[in-house]
Amino acid sequence: MNKGEQKMSNKPFSVQLNVDDFIPATDKEKEYMVRMRPASTFFKDGVKRLVKNKVALVSFVVIVLITLSAIIVPMFWPYSYEQQLGITPGQPIDNSFVNLAPFEYGKSEQAKIDAGESVVPHIFGTDSQGRDYFIRVVYGTRISLAVGFFASIIVLIIGLTVGSVSGYAGGKVDMVIMRIVDMIYSLPDMLMVILLASVLKQSLEGKLDGTMLAKIGSNIISLFIVFGVLYWVSMARLIRGQILSLKEQEYVLAAQAAGAKGSWIILKHLIPNCFSVIIISTALQIPSAIFTESYLSFLGLGVNAPMPSLGSLASEALNGLSSYPYRLAIPAVVISLIVLSLNLFGDGLRDAFDPKLNV
Amino acid sequence: MSTKTLVYILKRLLLAVITVWLVITVTFFVMHAVPGGPFVGEKAVSESVRKAMEAKYGLDKPLFEQYVTYLSDIVTRFDFGPSLKQRGRQVMDIISDGLQTSAYIGVIAAFLALIIGVVLGAAAALNRNKFADRCIMVVTTAFVSMPSFIMGSLLLTIFAVKLEWFPANGDAENGLILPIITLSLYPMAYITRLTRSSMLDVLGQDYIRTAKAKGVSKWKIIFGHAMKNSLIPVITYFGPMLAYIVTGSLVVEQIFAVPGIGRAFVNSITGRDYTLLMGTTIILAVLIIVMNLLSDIMYKIVDPRITLE
Repeated sequence: MNKGEQKMSNKPFSVQLNVDDFIPATDKEKEYMVRMRPASTFFKDGVKRLVKNKVALVSFVVIVLITLSAIIVPMFWPYSYEQQLGITPGQPIDNSFVNLAPFEYGKSEQAKIDAGESVVPHIFGTDSQGRDYFIRVVYGTRISLAVGFFASIIVLIIGLTVGSVSGYAGGKVDMVIMRIVDMIYSLPDMLMVILLASVLKQSLEGKLDGTMLAKIGSNIISLFIVFGVLYWVSMARLIRGQILSLKEQEYVLAAQAAGAKGSWIILKHLIPNCFSVIIISTALQIPSAIFTESYLSFLGLGVNAPMPSLGSLASEALNGLSSYPYRLAIPAVVISLIVLSLNLFGDGLRDAFDPKLNV
Repeated sequence: MSTKTLVYILKRLLLAVITVWLVITVTFFVMHAVPGGPFVGEKAVSESVRKAMEAKYGLDKPLFEQYVTYLSDIVTRFDFGPSLKQRGRQVMDIISDGLQTSAYIGVIAAFLALIIGVVLGAAAALNRNKFADRCIMVVTTAFVSMPSFIMGSLLLTIFAVKLEWFPANGDAENGLILPIITLSLYPMAYITRLTRSSMLDVLGQDYIRTAKAKGVSKWKIIFGHAMKNSLIPVITYFGPMLAYIVTGSLVVEQIFAVPGIGRAFVNSITGRDYTLLMGTTIILAVLIIVMNLLSDIMYKIVDPRITLE
């Protein structure tokens, strides 16, 4: 292989150039010399670090499992969340379906089983109105997750817009916006949330009928409005801070010199560079929104009945607590699991994508 | 105290006053934006009676005049007007009745959280990555991710309903023990984690190594050198902790039937007692704002390294 050395040993003191030394290297030899790793992007690096973090990975799997089952299970489950099982039109109400323990059956179902038919069991029993509790928990999880997700998106959009404009514009615009942010930030958020939610609930009641929004319910809409009004401030602060430091970079100056408009620079250059911060804080916003929703549901300001959410299920369960403690325990465990795994996953994301942030 | 610190405190004070004014204003106008007014839901009230009621509570005057009266009554006399639903009672009386019980629970819960949290946090930091540390971290993680109403309901089920160690009613003897524990668990877990991480940070500093090299005893290092500095982040948590205890008390008092201000607040929502709702919101908000102010100022005084805005 090593031609040069071989030739040298033949004629140690020859100064004559050997033509063989100058023939082009073969592909195999070239490959031998190349020891470069495949190029890694920022995203790939982050994913690599994330996968190494076992806690974050397990949390991610838990979140995916919960989300998927919340989406898929209601599609094929034979009972629906609002269906009162003992009540069939034109027949007397069958009270044997009320307050079933897990894996118990109502009278007509028992008859079916005795006749050899198979009946889907009530895994968590039924509630005081004869509704299958398992599907209510699943559906409640779906609602809670959806509320958390959309609330975070609303917060993200408002916070991102205000924060980036404020940071990029600077000067008086920045000062005015930041004073407003300061004021909203210093308001006691939970009290204002409760106040706004209770007032909005009454103002919106009946006004939504017939519109697309009626299906979502006035309470969830008011919840979104509350989030949109109050919770964007910390996101705006975060984004503004990022933009402030990023806009001093040379590439922004270059873009400005090339005649780019402010909106172009913000959208094309600045926001993509604070992407990791945005993703991380949005991920951490979801559990806090779920927390807030369950808290409001507990106070009777959450989703409209008969729609369940994890918080409203827990608060309904309080009435029959001594007889049916599992009815509280199940939604409680699901909320804690979701919040915990989202928090842990968010922490993992932060460690993986922005080591600097981890103070 | 330097003039810079003084200027900061004055600025912070101004912001707090503005926030209190903002809270009062927002509360007032939001409550008056409710369609129909407070007497619409009443059972069959005739037009003339409704007019008379509105005149009695001053609701027939222009909105801005009502606002000025409301604001000046609060500032000059701490007067929030009469309750709309509890006949013959002033909002301030209801609040001061409830506030005694709530403050009692809240203060004990805060102290409990502070003392146990700091001790556990320091213990975890000193036994880093050992079994005790792992246990403390797992338990506190669980507590931090559990909403207060779930915590309260679980404790109620276990200790009041199943084991019957404590009464389920806050009015009964020893009835306040469970609410206090419920309220203190979250801040306790949070303070434990906070103390642990700041203690670990401090223990890695050069001056601790110097003290060790001088031959100072272990306990003297911990209490004389490390503890003081590692408590600084805990001070910043003072404000948020009180905010948590205030909002937590809303549900905890509901669960355990404690006759406090939190229950008055929640009942005023469901009962549409507008003046009481406004009064409790403002009082609780002022409480939170004042505590945040104090904890911010304390933070700046305690740690001179912090740069002033």
